[in-house]
Amino acid sequence: MSFFKKLKEKITGQTESVTEKFKDGLTKTRDSFVGKMNDLVKNYRKVDEEFFEELEDILISADVGVHTVMDLIDELKDEARSRNISEAVDIQPVISEKLAELLQKSEEETKLNIKENDLTVILFVGVNGVGKTTTIGKMAHKFKEEGKNVLLAAGDTFRAGAIEQLEVWGERVGVDVIKQQAGSDPAAVMFDAIQAAKSRQADILLCDTAGRLQNKVNLMNELAKVKKVITREIPDAPHEVLLVLDATTGQNAMSQAKTFGEATDVSGIVLTKLDGTAKGGIVLAIRHELDIPVKFVGLGEGMDDLQEFQADQYVHGLFADVLEQGEKAAEE
Amino acid sequence: MAFEGLAERLQGTLNRIRGKGKVSEVDVKEMMREVRLALLEADVNFKVVKEFISKVKERAVGQEVLQSLTPGQQIIKVVNEELTALMGGEQSKIAVASKPPTVVMMVGLQGAGKTTTTGKLANHLRKKHNRKPLMVAADIYRPAAIKQLETLGKQLDMPVFSMGDKVSPVEIAKNALEKAKEDHHDYVLIDTAGRLHVDEELMGELDQIKELTSPDEILLVVDAMTGQDAVNVAESFNDRLGITGVVLTKLDGDTRGGAALSVKAVTDTPIKFAGMGEKVDALEPFHPERMASRILGMGDVLTLIEKAQANVDEQKAKELERKMRTADITFDDFLEQLNQVKSMGPLDELLSMMPGAGKMKGLKNVQVDDKQLGHIEAIVQSMTKAEKQDPSLLNASRRRRIAKGSGTSIQEVNRLIKQFGEMKKMMKQMAGMQKGKGKKKGGFKFPFM
Repeated sequence: MSFFKKLKEKITGQTESVTEKFKDGLTKTRDSFVGKMNDLVKNYRKVDEEFFEELEDILISADVGVHTVMDLIDELKDEARSRNISEAVDIQPVISEKLAELLQKSEEETKLNIKENDLTVILFVGVNGVGKTTTIGKMAHKFKEEGKNVLLAAGDTFRAGAIEQLEVWGERVGVDVIKQQAGSDPAAVMFDAIQAAKSRQADILLCDTAGRLQNKVNLMNELAKVKKVITREIPDAPHEVLLVLDATTGQNAMSQAKTFGEATDVSGIVLTKLDGTAKGGIVLAIRHELDIPVKFVGLGEGMDDLQEFQADQYVHGLFADVLEQGEKAAEE
Repeated sequence: MAFEGLAERLQGTLNRIRGKGKVSEVDVKEMMREVRLALLEADVNFKVVKEFISKVKERAVGQEVLQSLTPGQQIIKVVNEELTALMGGEQSKIAVASKPPTVVMMVGLQGAGKTTTTGKLANHLRKKHNRKPLMVAADIYRPAAIKQLETLGKQLDMPVFSMGDKVSPVEIAKNALEKAKEDHHDYVLIDTAGRLHVDEELMGELDQIKELTSPDEILLVVDAMTGQDAVNVAESFNDRLGITGVVLTKLDGDTRGGAALSVKAVTDTPIKFAGMGEKVDALEPFHPERMASRILGMGDVLTLIEKAQANVDEQKAKELERKMRTADITFDDFLEQLNQVKSMGPLDELLSMMPGAGKMKGLKNVQVDDKQLGHIEAIVQSMTKAEKQDPSLLNASRRRRIAKGSGTSIQEVNRLIKQFGEMKKMMKQMAGMQKGKGKKKGGFKFPFM
């Protein structure tokens, strides 16, 4: 049980409230996921072909993605052979360990690249309806709380009501929104916003963009242009390009991450709507197949429900029950 | 990307069994595993897949596939048939109340596209059914959701009923209904707020709206990109409200859209519309059989085959095949072939129907230009009879004349002649290869046969 001990030690240093948020947000995910895992161990007892088939189903049902699941199952089979594990109970911790390993594959910084005493520009991209504007609202709130001077750029000039939506968030949080009329050139909005941010000496500029499906070549080109305009004004900007992904999305999330990555050099992912029954297993697939770290997760509708992604916390949230069982077993 | 069509997936297994006289049950099992993976990659829920596979397997192990000479083809046929059956045969229409107005409730998760779909549906009802719908802004939670619907209303020049975001949605729905009766609207489209299916409070609110307005149609709006969770979402909304139909949005993306199958399987209600773009008229009737092919990643092969059969003259095709085998092809044949392809429809449409064409490198972003075909045609038609039979006659001055005569450039003429030469060379090589093997039959084959 050394793995769980380590995990627990790691997170006990962190504030209770953050741990609670992750635990609450992931309740639905954990309930079904861990429940199924326990059933699996109970029903099969022996580690055999059928056991692995069932495990495959459980992982797939969490949207982990077929390829990642296949790789994982192969690794587990090897592990079971080399460690000589035949009882299902014994392989359970190995499974959790492997999943955590996958999430923590590299300890890259999930922190945002924020410049001290200078303007930081963050560009938000993604398909329609994933929650870009809402995420910007929540993030503006977060930075405002930290005492930063925040400015928002209403770059979604296409969707009806998008500018107004960002404005409502601006009012709620108490930050200004730089905008033009609906239908205007988003690159022009970005230009204005950067000038405004410079003259007002803002610390953070959060740039909204219109949602677009990644197979629309023209719209992806437009996005590349928006980014280019930002870079022309400030050479090392945008300092972050965050791809907002909906946790309920299936395998298409991979295609989104890939295409948006090509168009805008995505530096991180915000995974939203993790408070439903969606398993968020796509996180594992993204970590496994693409080298883009998850930086934030949306765990609820409240202003405070956007949290920095912490693999430890995430795994803890996912396996809290397994962890407790493990401890009990260790005590006995 | 990681996606492979079913045809490509089955290829490996098929290669192995090709030499055998008969297909064994083990082979079928292996093929079923590939079918399963293809469906899972398309985001079909794993439980739905399981049921589906057992059904297909029954048919496969039975007479149909085992005794067939082309098991791969047969499996795909069975899978496609079963899938289409599961998707529901005919697309169905939107309800009409015996006593107007017909009330339609739009429900779904956040970001599925309810508000946009409401606008599109209003437009559809007016344009295609000559109706007079009233849109109702009942999403008081998301900032500026009301404004979004109002903007859509303005774009469409259609009325939107709203009472701001301080009045409860139930109250809004009630007043909207009265207003609709007053103004003689025959449809009322209620745009509700997106909500999680596990949100007890907000789901209760939908109950109340339903109770009060007794809607004739409750449409669940589902994002086509939804993964395994689609089943839970559809089940919850259906158990709670009893949905009458589904609208699948964002189908213009590159998702396989397996969610369609999951939703259909758990709710057993028809998918009535598909959202195909951001414009207000981008709402289309749903075609179950096309969706089946899309989920399998095999393009619209059936339509392609139908088109080819309808348009290609068999006699001519045979003659052409003989010529191709002997590399005895002329510009006349070339033109003939071109015309046959053209008669099948626009090129990019044909290309999009071809399995795997969407993924082929280089092909993906190619804008196929039908005009270019026109140029080629003009060039060939500007040749003399002798030139068409014997391209070696084509010296510089003849080429100049052809370019002038066809209104193209000399470069274009050169390119075509070069391509034609290469094509001929390739045919010669192929003909040589076939002679070497001796017994193999020529002709065009699909990769999965």
